[in-house]
Amino acid sequence: MIPAQFDYIAPTTLDEAVALLSQHADDAKVLAGGHSLIPAMKLRLAQPQLLVDIGRIKGLSYIREEGGQIRIGAMTTHYQIESSARLREICPLLPEAAGQIGDVQVRNKGTIGGSLAHSDPAADWPAAALALDAELRAVSSKGERGIKAADFFVDLFTTALEQGEILSEIRIPIPKARTGQAYLKAAQPASGFAVVGVAVSLVRDAAGKCEAAAVGITGVASKAYRAAAVEKALAGASLDEKMIAAAAAHATDGIDANGDLYASAQYRKHLAAVYARRAITAASR
Amino acid sequence: MAEKYVGQRVKRTEDPRLIQGLGHYVDDIKLADMLHVAFLRSMYAHARITSIDTSEALHAPGVVAVYTGQDVSSKIGQVPCGAALPDLKVPDHRVLATDKVYFVGHPIAAVVATDRYAARDAIDLIIVDYEELPAVIDVEGAASNSTVIHEHFGDNIAYKLTAGEGDIEAALASADHVVKQRLVHQRLAPIAMEPRGVLARYLPGEKELTLWSSTQIPHLMRTQVAIMLGIPENKLRVIAPEVGGGFGSKLNVYAEEALLGWIAMQLARPVKWIETRRENIQATIHGRGQVGYIEIGCKNDGTITGLRYNVFADMGAYHQLLTPAIPTLTGLMLSGCYKIPAIQMNTTAVFTNKMATDAYRGAGRPEATHVIERAMDMVAAKLKMDPVEVRRRNFPTPEEFPFKTATGLFYDSGNYVGALDKALEMADYSKLRKDQAAARKDGKIIGVGVSTYVEICAIGPSAATPAGGWESATVRVEPTGKVTVLTGASPHGQGQETSFAQIAADALGVDLNDIAVVHGDTAIVQYGIGTFGSRATAVGGTALVLALEELTKKATRFAAHLLEAEPESLQFEDGKFSTDGKSVSIQEVALAAHLARNIPADMDPGLSATRFFEPKNFTFPFGTHIVVSEIDRDTGDVKLTKYVAVDDCGKVINPMLVEGQIHGGIVQSIGQALYEELVYDDQGQLVTGTLMDYAVPKAAMIPWLELDRTETPSPVNPLGVKGVGEAGTIGATPAIVNSIVDALSPFGITHLDMPLRPELLWKIVNNAG
Repeated sequence: MIPAQFDYIAPTTLDEAVALLSQHADDAKVLAGGHSLIPAMKLRLAQPQLLVDIGRIKGLSYIREEGGQIRIGAMTTHYQIESSARLREICPLLPEAAGQIGDVQVRNKGTIGGSLAHSDPAADWPAAALALDAELRAVSSKGERGIKAADFFVDLFTTALEQGEILSEIRIPIPKARTGQAYLKAAQPASGFAVVGVAVSLVRDAAGKCEAAAVGITGVASKAYRAAAVEKALAGASLDEKMIAAAAAHATDGIDANGDLYASAQYRKHLAAVYARRAITAASR
Repeated sequence: MAEKYVGQRVKRTEDPRLIQGLGHYVDDIKLADMLHVAFLRSMYAHARITSIDTSEALHAPGVVAVYTGQDVSSKIGQVPCGAALPDLKVPDHRVLATDKVYFVGHPIAAVVATDRYAARDAIDLIIVDYEELPAVIDVEGAASNSTVIHEHFGDNIAYKLTAGEGDIEAALASADHVVKQRLVHQRLAPIAMEPRGVLARYLPGEKELTLWSSTQIPHLMRTQVAIMLGIPENKLRVIAPEVGGGFGSKLNVYAEEALLGWIAMQLARPVKWIETRRENIQATIHGRGQVGYIEIGCKNDGTITGLRYNVFADMGAYHQLLTPAIPTLTGLMLSGCYKIPAIQMNTTAVFTNKMATDAYRGAGRPEATHVIERAMDMVAAKLKMDPVEVRRRNFPTPEEFPFKTATGLFYDSGNYVGALDKALEMADYSKLRKDQAAARKDGKIIGVGVSTYVEICAIGPSAATPAGGWESATVRVEPTGKVTVLTGASPHGQGQETSFAQIAADALGVDLNDIAVVHGDTAIVQYGIGTFGSRATAVGGTALVLALEELTKKATRFAAHLLEAEPESLQFEDGKFSTDGKSVSIQEVALAAHLARNIPADMDPGLSATRFFEPKNFTFPFGTHIVVSEIDRDTGDVKLTKYVAVDDCGKVINPMLVEGQIHGGIVQSIGQALYEELVYDDQGQLVTGTLMDYAVPKAAMIPWLELDRTETPSPVNPLGVKGVGEAGTIGATPAIVNSIVDALSPFGITHLDMPLRPELLWKIVNNAG
């Protein structure tokens, strides 16, 4: 519960931060809200030599609409997203997912960028980012690039971010009209993390049928994933109880599910189907 | 005495400082030149230590000293076990491991450094060579395990004990049915909000050692640590500053407490250790840990003929202060609220490679209540009777008290049917059953669970306790008229600073704010036993009442002298002694008694009284809890949709404090029933070693609690109080489990072991193996 020794620098610009990261290569870790990294350091599971605290950099905390996208600064807290009236209107999945993260203290300090970059297999944001087709902007001393959410989560605590890159912004296409969304989660009673979390964003056609659906699932496997088989089953389908259940049954197709003391792989897979069904139902209302 | 404060919902006088962050816990106390201690703890459950190399750690920046078992084992006495039982095996228990480690978290070395970080960093520089040994984990298999933890004992059996009265064989033979069930009481972590912590300061000139420790028993600890360190008890001062909860986990004398004192003496500098949460879960005592087999006999009409409970009790690797005694409390309370002519408990207490178990809120009684309350439900299921009816049939009537049990107790007073009927009415029980039947037809999985419990409090008569079961109190009226109460109890969240002030304010007719209740400092307060076993008010509060009576007697005689009247002619009301239109206040009496210019010939100056109260019996609070639960067919999630509790803890001093205790106890019960379990794997690794894995219930997981009371005074003490600190954890758990088992009875379920995780319930509902 006492971290190993580390150095700490709090740059005031993103340029300074990426310069520090390239300078310290293997030894440095980016500190955002500190709600994943600090606990890991306290258990000495993480022992970085240097923390580059990006919390003092101005202009990394915002929610705005630009170029047909919602753009969220990496340092935007869960609470800022949870409490955004505008997001509730145009992309309710974001505040809904934010509101289910941890507890009030965590939501006040933890950031969307920090959570995504940490790629905890049971975190909530990855499911939402996947279901929303987010593009994650990465900045390094070499420049800036965009990474699709589907390519971003590589494995347990591993992302497509390269050495020296900082996640600076999350871009989400503004959902079309007739979009329905939901995030539902079975929370582990100790940690509050997702045993299973399902994010759904679907678009209905004028007749009420499902035109397209995106389903992101977290908690089940070593990384969050898009449930392609569920999406395929939903595309063009009428959103009745039976169809939804049939589609949701594919929630873990081809997925190697985790098992632990609280939930076996078998139960997790079952929960994924149940929560997929419930989330799709909620999104199609 | 006029009851102006007693019985009222007086707000806790402790709270303003606590909610403003102005309380002083051990970690808030900082002394000049203070050093910090960190412990190297075993990562193995069972291993031989072949070598320890501390040289690199000793040369690390900021490190002042490193101590191992070799350095201290001949200097510091054994960690004490206060329980005495026939043929009890007590292992050698040194403050640091010497040749072997016995559990994950077993302290091996102490590093002393200039700050906490340096101390912790140096821990990683100590090199220990281990020869790993097989771990003894399974409680039922421990007795016959070929791996023997304490080799010279020959086996892992700490003791065997048969208790109870009546001819159990005949009783079970005479039954129409005998219901049998294996039942597990899982290991739990007490998780006090404030972990343990010790600060030690030694003054070489005065030869005085002071220990600030987060403890429930400052005086008992002083005695034990003085013995361990071989120093005069009157040169050791123990201070329990603000203590952030204990739940029994701080009713102990730990290795760290003596060791910190010894280190302070070696270095002549203050040393502090604050337990981390990880250490707290690994190396602070655990609770429960029994695996038992119930046999209960009943007649066709529901009358219970006898109860046998064969139990394996998990001691852990060592005995802490009361470890072996905890199962004996289970044995005492097996009769529950019922007339059972024959009861037998056969205990096999075993050593395992785990942290010691000991008193965790309820301490042996939740186990007993769970056994009998589950058994009553199983009898009801067997006979197809309503569980309420089976209970009612076996209650003693209020006229049958004092009620003698086949476990050798005399229950002081009780009206079990009164509490039951009140709870049934509050819950509208017959409607609940109708609703349940209707809901079942709609495919819902709904259960109603009832627990009628009795527990044993006010621990206890000295004959039944290892270190005295009495309590002490001093009352002083200071020269300025302010009142000081010194209690030997050691409240750490219970609120006796408030409730004792209520008692004293009424007795002396003074304002509540003119009273200071002082506790937890052995240099200030007369010897006391401490706070545990729901005893502080029933025993400590009674000592206070006796002291107040004595002080009032002296004040009356003094007032009579001042008023030139006969003491018998005086009225004492609202803090004034009066007769024939003349009066003098207790404050004026106090000043006159201190100035002592005009005192009665046969009286000493000053106005104070100290009394010690030895109770003649325990007290036996009781009540009924009713729980309605609903299980989600798809996920197995449990929702507690109704919670009704009627508790009778005798006379109530402050209803708000009582409700707080009940709330907290029920919450911890919900924890045991649904979420909490300390899991050791086969190698003895603690799988649930952090709060990310060990699920303590959070506010959002708790249903609305509908509480009410009945009041059956205890005849054991003049206040008529019984105690309420543990009732919630005793009465609630079986009500919750009974409710869920009832919900699942259509699936053929008659019993389930805790914690009732959703996956387990989902499998039952969906028959998924």
